[in-house]
Amino acid sequence: MPVRLAFDEMKGADGTVRPAYSELADWLKDIRPDTLDHRRQEAELLFRRIGITFAVYGEADAQERLIPFDVIPRILSAGEWDTLRRGLEQRVRALNMFLRDIYTRREVLRAGIVPDDLVFQNPVFRPEMNGQKVPHDIYVHIAGIDIVRVDADTFYVLEDNARTPSGVSYMLENREIMLRLFPELFARHRIAPVENYPDELLATLTSLAPDSAPGDPTVVLLTPGVYNSAYYEHSFLADKLGVELVEGRDLFVKGGVVYMRTTQGPKRVDVIYRRVDDDFLDPLAFRPDSGLGVAGLMSAYQAGNVTLANAVGTGIADDKAIYSYMPEILKFYLGEEPILKNVPTWRCREPDALAYVLDHLEELVVKEVHGSGGYGMLIGPTADKAQIASFRTKLKLDPKGFIAQPTLALSTCPTCVDAGVAPRHVDLRPFVLTGRDRIRIVPGGLTRVALKAGSLVVNSSQGGGTKDTWVLDR
Amino acid sequence: MLSRTADNLYWLARYVERAEYLARILEATQRITAMPLAYVGETNEWASAVATAGCSGAFFAAHEEANEETVTEFLAFSTANPSSILNCFEVARSNARAIRTALTVEMWDAINTTWLELKRFGNRPQSRDEFARFLRWVQESSLRFDGSAYRTMLRNDAYWFSRIGVYIERADNTARILDVKYHLLLPEDEHIGGPLDYYQWAGILRSVSALTAYHWVYRESLKPWLVADLLILKDQLPRSLSSCYENLVQNLDRIANAYGRQGPAQRQARAVRTKLQNSRMEEIFGEGLHEFIGGFIADNNRLGEAIRQQYLA
Repeated sequence: MPVRLAFDEMKGADGTVRPAYSELADWLKDIRPDTLDHRRQEAELLFRRIGITFAVYGEADAQERLIPFDVIPRILSAGEWDTLRRGLEQRVRALNMFLRDIYTRREVLRAGIVPDDLVFQNPVFRPEMNGQKVPHDIYVHIAGIDIVRVDADTFYVLEDNARTPSGVSYMLENREIMLRLFPELFARHRIAPVENYPDELLATLTSLAPDSAPGDPTVVLLTPGVYNSAYYEHSFLADKLGVELVEGRDLFVKGGVVYMRTTQGPKRVDVIYRRVDDDFLDPLAFRPDSGLGVAGLMSAYQAGNVTLANAVGTGIADDKAIYSYMPEILKFYLGEEPILKNVPTWRCREPDALAYVLDHLEELVVKEVHGSGGYGMLIGPTADKAQIASFRTKLKLDPKGFIAQPTLALSTCPTCVDAGVAPRHVDLRPFVLTGRDRIRIVPGGLTRVALKAGSLVVNSSQGGGTKDTWVLDR
Repeated sequence: MLSRTADNLYWLARYVERAEYLARILEATQRITAMPLAYVGETNEWASAVATAGCSGAFFAAHEEANEETVTEFLAFSTANPSSILNCFEVARSNARAIRTALTVEMWDAINTTWLELKRFGNRPQSRDEFARFLRWVQESSLRFDGSAYRTMLRNDAYWFSRIGVYIERADNTARILDVKYHLLLPEDEHIGGPLDYYQWAGILRSVSALTAYHWVYRESLKPWLVADLLILKDQLPRSLSSCYENLVQNLDRIANAYGRQGPAQRQARAVRTKLQNSRMEEIFGEGLHEFIGGFIADNNRLGEAIRQQYLA
């Protein structure tokens, strides 16, 4: 890989172990390779058993659905986490203020911070939300902010996921499995727990109930159903939250209020943690062919009788085209410098930037503005001539459709591979919960790891795995 | 609790119970058809098995003749028959999957393992021996699921709806056997059969696993009117109509107590149970066994519909 030598989170370039990793490094030195391998197999067995428990096992594609798990944890010091936490809170506050502004006064557009067409011509902008009041003015209640690290002090926000971010069930299960496999390692560290996430999520969701809701609001989790790839996470979370896992057909709207069909008759629903995309929420408002939604849901929402988490139309805040403007957006609303930086980004819509990008395709990462999941992107340094040529044509045809970023040397962490323990690139997705009362962040998040040597793509759809993420308490 | 969840639990239990019943019918039929004609007479037991399974219409639309091959295929493995053993387990498992968190781990393991093992029999048994093993396996799978529900579920509405599914299906199954075989079970003075019927009576008892129970209850040789008495009125027999309704009333009452409200389902169940409690075999024979059973099947369907409307829709 023609990228700079990556920052390793355990060891400095001179081989000295960073303080947060000192216990782990000692432990790794002492442990016999076959013990590690044995634990690795045990972990896989446990996951498979959870797979059995959660309904994917037995399917023809069961093997693919098991995301590889690496038994070596990724560690963040208390200081590092503190910076991250403050940065995440700041970022999510700005996202919420931006959304409120975009759908009401649009000061950010009038001030010329963000070009109009990026908003109004964007397919994820929802005109239905214009002037619409949402309960407590919060739009993004559950955010998954993707973070990458490039050196000791620099964390970049790679992507803001403000729609229906997934992966939190892996964060919780990875920890459960590690606690079972390595009790001794836990005793040697002081690790902040994550098991309270479902409680924090429930507290957040409950706090969001509309004012017309009764004192003890009813929360449900809306899933597209068993055929959705994240169904396992939906049923896992509903179970941990102790709320009903509903499908569209379990709900109906009458007199501007949402009800679920229960064995004791209709029961009012006040907060819907929905894992169904905007497009499919309500066949009367969005896609008329959607069988996953609830007819009339938007009318109940507009009447202020139900909270949708996240709100409708949040996609405009995590769009890749908007992303590059986030530092300015944040400064505009909060008057503060961003604690977490953006990855430097060339907006190909700007002629100077486009010219630079076309000249440097071999060293840049080019992303489609509306792509996701690691698809539709060019990684210059590893691409062949034909791929580069094809992106050159695409860029010239539709410069607005692309952004470009430098190829980042993502930090690495020690990881179990066939040849033993070796550094692999990682990212981090912490989950940020915004309730009426406050913002809650469980220390850590989901660490994704690119298991192939040299690979920078951590997406599970493309050979990525996960690790438990430890935040040291001191 | 979501109506859909209750509906899934109810049908999950019904389908598992139905699979076991079909296996018993096939087992009993296989046994009776293996006997020399001199012992059982010239009857088409395979057609009778289809009738007892309640799917004569669909069967004869697909097959001209009811024989071992066509009936076994239709009742056990046909994908076209929505109530074949194969489809029962298929539907049961997909119901279970949709409400995974409402089940205990043990219940899920039981139904999921059954579903996985079913693939082992996917290519149809090659011999009668193998088929017999398959039928045993079906019954054991059902017992395992039932047992895990009994031993691991919380005693709340989820459990009660699941039990209601079991008993309503069981009552229907027992009634269907009686409906098809009633002519063999007439009272002493009307009875014109000879020793030929003895094996038929034994077959009936076997299909509700009550042959041994009969001897314990009556302590005498098989008498057709006593077979009817056992299957209809004897509370002690878990598959008798009376016992099924005892349990239906009990579980529906628990739901009513928990929800603080009675409804048409409770009234219907109680009315049927009262009728069974107040009946004596002489009266039933007097009114006509066939008419009595026909009336019961209709009543049982009405209860199913009342439960659906009251709770599951």
